[in-house]
Amino acid sequence: MLTSHVKGVTKGYPLLIKATEVKVNEVEFNPQFVSRMIPKLEWSALLQAAEGLGHRQDLPAELVSEYEKDEEFLKKVHRALLEVEVIEGCLQCPESGREFPISRGIPNMLLSEEEA
Amino acid sequence: MAASSNRTRLRYLLHLAQDNLDFRLPEIKALLALRGKPFHPGEHFKEKAPFWCLDGLCEDDVRGIMARSVCAKSAFELWGHGQTHSELRTSLLTYPSELMTPFLHKDSTYKINVYTFNKTLEFPDRIKRINAMEYLPFEGTVSLKSSQHIFCLLEDYGTDPNNIPEDPYYIYFGRWIADGQRELIRSHSVKNRHFIGNTSMDAGLSFIMANHAGVKENDLVFDPFVGTGSLLVACSHFGAYVCGIDIDYNTIHGRGRSSRTNQKWRGPDENIRANLRQYGKEKMYVDVMVSDASKSVWREAALFDAIITDPPYGIRESTRRTGSHKDVTKPADGIYLESHVPVSQAYHLSDIFTDLLNFSALHLVIGGRLVYWLPVYRPEYCEETVPLNPCLRLISNCEQMLSSHTSRRLITMEKIKEPEEFDSLAHLADPRFSPFQGHNAFREKYFSGVNKRKEENKSDLNGE
Repeated sequence: MLTSHVKGVTKGYPLLIKATEVKVNEVEFNPQFVSRMIPKLEWSALLQAAEGLGHRQDLPAELVSEYEKDEEFLKKVHRALLEVEVIEGCLQCPESGREFPISRGIPNMLLSEEEA
Repeated sequence: MAASSNRTRLRYLLHLAQDNLDFRLPEIKALLALRGKPFHPGEHFKEKAPFWCLDGLCEDDVRGIMARSVCAKSAFELWGHGQTHSELRTSLLTYPSELMTPFLHKDSTYKINVYTFNKTLEFPDRIKRINAMEYLPFEGTVSLKSSQHIFCLLEDYGTDPNNIPEDPYYIYFGRWIADGQRELIRSHSVKNRHFIGNTSMDAGLSFIMANHAGVKENDLVFDPFVGTGSLLVACSHFGAYVCGIDIDYNTIHGRGRSSRTNQKWRGPDENIRANLRQYGKEKMYVDVMVSDASKSVWREAALFDAIITDPPYGIRESTRRTGSHKDVTKPADGIYLESHVPVSQAYHLSDIFTDLLNFSALHLVIGGRLVYWLPVYRPEYCEETVPLNPCLRLISNCEQMLSSHTSRRLITMEKIKEPEEFDSLAHLADPRFSPFQGHNAFREKYFSGVNKRKEENKSDLNGE
């Protein structure tokens, strides 16, 4: 899921990702952008999301040092981050169990009035 | 290069488009800042004039700016200038010849253009002007079609079309360096955009916003009121990766009624990703979500290099919203009660800006910029009405007129520090850190002008 790593509600992070339909889109690899994104990510959350979608590849449990120079590693992150897309499924809050549906690749994070 | 010390002492002339006057200086300053260069105007600098002289730059800087600017038309290496043709001649003849000769030698091809601002010259007069330049040692061959070097004589006849002088106020001569990106305004026009909405941002202003935000390659840019993604289209053009949210499910999914007059419903592939694809920038698409900007779903971290947005202020956007959505949507229940109306409306509109500034303070990287539109009721506007946040420094504030009594202002702020506990207290204590009452009643005042303060009409327009 594209931005699974940055999503999170205050009461629960990271959101669990559940997919019924996953698509892999080829996206041009850009090592500079991926290198800039990595420090913004919660590494464990990205791993969990990638794992859940069956696209962990063999990403290591710990972030490697000097990843800027490791093109193979960056390519895998690129794949998890930008190419794997959940078309249908949901994001689930780990605390409340609330599910946010994903349809046609777009998550719906709106809460109803009572939940807000 | 031996000449590099000279190069930085060269002066450059920018020719700017005479529209969106307010937006030009912040754009050029932002583009200079991207290159780490200060803004050093020449003497007699006039912001509203079509020609600006800039010092302290090198040719690469100028090319860099022109590769981005939609406000500047062309840039020249200035060789000479003066109030009359004889002053120009004196000025040109004192210009160091070693700086001219590389562009004048006999194996080169060149041409001279004549450009007049606020006056049209007959063809014979143009030829006369060109021939008069022969005191410069041109040794190359004239080639009108494929010249290696293009020189330009620019004459400024002022900005008053009803009072055009016989002779120009000022004359410049220089070597053409590059043109700006005015072409983008046409190529990215919303008229030909695949997916648009009622409030899609005009292409020129979208690029200006991206420039004010200092958006650059590999940035991550976010729009919390993304709509049909016009601003993301502009940012992606400059190499930024883009994402956005909107509260409107139908917009994000490209469903519902079309905004085009000849088309009733939106087509199957009308969405933001298709808009980026139209301009070959689909690879810059990160994601969009249906989400409420006032209820952040983002992890607490500095995620975005720029936040660029056009928040809804309840004039042209749909007023049909559901549930907990925060928008300028629910003024109706108390519309007749003097005491009640301003409160519910005030809460809504001012909150959008408070939330936007707080969100930006939290989620921008240091040095990252927030660019957004602030609606203004002009008779009551003063600079103090622009919302502040202790973590954000105001960079620029430019006005675009909407009607005789309303306008919107493009506000650019830069994050200077991470928020601390103390800042949220300051925010509560100081009224300047919370948006001014003026915005709260903007919608009401907007319609009061239109409807001459007829309460009945107002409630009709609110549609609820």
